[in-house]
Amino acid sequence: MSDARLDVRKTYKLLINGAFPRSESGRSYEVTSAKGAFLANAAQGSRKDVRDAVTAARGAQAKWWNATAYNRGQVIYRLAEMAESRRDELAEHVALAEGMNSRTSQKTVSASIDRIVWYAGWTDKIAQVLGGTNPVAGPFFNFSIPLPSGVVGVISVQESSLLGFVDAVLAPICVGNTVVALASEARPTPAVLLGEMTSSSDFPGGVLNVVTGLTGELAPVLAAHEDVDGLDLSGVTFEVGDELAALAAGSIKRVFRPHEKESDSSLRRLRAFVETSTVWHTIGQ
Amino acid sequence: MPTFAPTNSAGIDVSDRQLANSQLGSLEYDPAPESAAIAKLESSYGLFIDGGFSDGEAHEQFATVNPANEETLSMVAQASAADVDRAVSSARRAYDKVWSKTTGAQRSKYLFRIARLIQERSRELAVVETLDNGKPIRESRDVDIPLAAAHFFYYAGWADKLDHAGFGVNPQPLGVAGQIIPWNFPLLMAAWKLAPALAAGNTCVLKPAETTPLSALVLAEILEQAELPPGVVNIITGDGSTGAALVDHPDVDKIAFTGSTEVGRMIQQRTAASHKHLTLELGGKGANIVFDDAPIDEMIEGIIDGIFFNQGHVCCAGSRLLVQESVADEVLRRLVRRVEQLRVGDPLDKNTDVGAINSAAQLLRIRELTAFGESEGATRYTSSCELPQKGYWFAPTVFADVAQSHRIAREEIFGPVLSVLTFRTPEEAVAKANNTNYGLACGVWSEKGSRTLWVAERLRAGVIWANTYNRFDPTSPFGGMRESGFGREGGRHGLEAYLNV
Repeated sequence: MSDARLDVRKTYKLLINGAFPRSESGRSYEVTSAKGAFLANAAQGSRKDVRDAVTAARGAQAKWWNATAYNRGQVIYRLAEMAESRRDELAEHVALAEGMNSRTSQKTVSASIDRIVWYAGWTDKIAQVLGGTNPVAGPFFNFSIPLPSGVVGVISVQESSLLGFVDAVLAPICVGNTVVALASEARPTPAVLLGEMTSSSDFPGGVLNVVTGLTGELAPVLAAHEDVDGLDLSGVTFEVGDELAALAAGSIKRVFRPHEKESDSSLRRLRAFVETSTVWHTIGQ
Repeated sequence: MPTFAPTNSAGIDVSDRQLANSQLGSLEYDPAPESAAIAKLESSYGLFIDGGFSDGEAHEQFATVNPANEETLSMVAQASAADVDRAVSSARRAYDKVWSKTTGAQRSKYLFRIARLIQERSRELAVVETLDNGKPIRESRDVDIPLAAAHFFYYAGWADKLDHAGFGVNPQPLGVAGQIIPWNFPLLMAAWKLAPALAAGNTCVLKPAETTPLSALVLAEILEQAELPPGVVNIITGDGSTGAALVDHPDVDKIAFTGSTEVGRMIQQRTAASHKHLTLELGGKGANIVFDDAPIDEMIEGIIDGIFFNQGHVCCAGSRLLVQESVADEVLRRLVRRVEQLRVGDPLDKNTDVGAINSAAQLLRIRELTAFGESEGATRYTSSCELPQKGYWFAPTVFADVAQSHRIAREEIFGPVLSVLTFRTPEEAVAKANNTNYGLACGVWSEKGSRTLWVAERLRAGVIWANTYNRFDPTSPFGGMRESGFGREGGRHGLEAYLNV
């Protein structure tokens, strides 16, 4: 069949500061489907890539937070639109990565997109739910508002390559943080695709950074990085999580460790990386 | 110790100082001391475990001294690891058998009782606090004790309303809470820890600071008077090793710590590989930002309150003053004059503004860091007030010409020492205020509301005071960002630290 069209395959890259570099190390690692077939040579991110991603996230944080909550909601909603229009591609990758049949993978993609929509709606409500005014005993107007922690490192759950990733990165992003995410080591391609979609969804560069590679090599760098404010340890075992949590203590990071069965409607992820800031203002004539 | 320089590099006129000395400095007040006998202290105290006082297993004791005269106030027990274990077991038993089966409405009423008993014994508690801590009686009487009572009163009302606190229906307590508190607000910190923990349904093991155990022990008597079931609150005295044993105890579900960032970091590391929940309220290097339109009289008083309240032993102290350049000379001139008028001395005297430094160790640290202030090139003004011969004292001090790189601009001094820096634009003020690893509190002084709010939402701090400073209220969440810790105390937010949500 010499006239059969040879398909054009994609190189899977990192997402750092809105650009798609290969790892600065030039390394890659082989990713296979759940059934063992070759899928991709994913970029094997390095320590330096993680540090570059943190720098990008720090640089983007003020801009992302200073956008209005309405605007942030629209940007995240736009991501849902992009995902919907590329849902078959997402489903194919989820099916290959997680060994699902196409019907289950389509359902997973639907759930993931709906989850994005859920977060899109939170941006301009979370302050009303977590904040409020405080009736102090004195002539002061006192109010509390949730502010983002800053830069959040996410070690994404290993099994759920898309839905788990969506939950882990969009919860901190929707409350105004920027994120450096380590994608599932063995199943990175759905996360890479979602990263690509953010760049056509008006996400400012640096808000979401996706690094693929070996979790064992990269996670300690993220956990110990002094310019990372929070750490989501969803993607490591309990034992490894203990070690990373101890590293995170070096700069008093906020650490999120999921419950065994995290409820979809729980606000734990939204509360994990916000800081309550309380303002007292005098009242007088 | 250098006193006032005749002029500083900014060429400040000395006439104000002479004015201060001639007109105000010469005013004499008669002494008005509160009687130390009101404290009714025992000569020694045991550990409060399982509803009663008992000796530690090793029968070891240490002295707690009055920092204003170095005299021993009382002997208290040094709790060993075995005593910690006894306290934790007592708390666990009380949790399993009693407190977890006590309704919210019942818990609520115990807490209301405790609030009332603190109010009833407020004068005694104020004197105890001032004797043990060295803080002016005016502050323990008007701030520490009333706020401690108010904190219990506030959380009392939450105990039967947890379903409505915004954490879902029927939120559950964590279990046994280990609580370690500092020496700067001994009873108030005990209230901040115990009240929300008990309201949420936890039982507690509280460890007061080594140098200020007494008011917590009087509180133990109050808990007995309130007939709080045995073991619901255990109070164990001791040094850092007692705290470490509590942090490491496997049957503790939650650690709440207030203290230094250094120790907080260690606790976070030690609890990382455990099921223990953790909240940390750590150090700070608060920026007090003064714009050129701020009302100057209020602002000067606010700066003074911000740094000299409680001898500057305040984690949220406004220890970095950022003044807009156009008013810097005048602010500094008036500030120095006001510092000269602070009355430093007997903490039991009702006219005293600044009391004793809490311990010899703390005094040493303040002296070390202020020495760096001079050697790194800042200009020092120290009040010429007379200091008592005995006890631990440090005269109120202001450093001008401080650079951001100076140690006195970066490290928490935790004493009556203010570092003054300047800025030109609001952007610069925010950048300098945020140029620290800490993130606890900041002040903003301006008559322009829009600017105040613009600055407030850019400051990386858990508490921001606008045209005021060092205000506290049980309804108002308090706590830090970044290396000032995580978790909030006070308000609805304070419940989260003690609920499994």
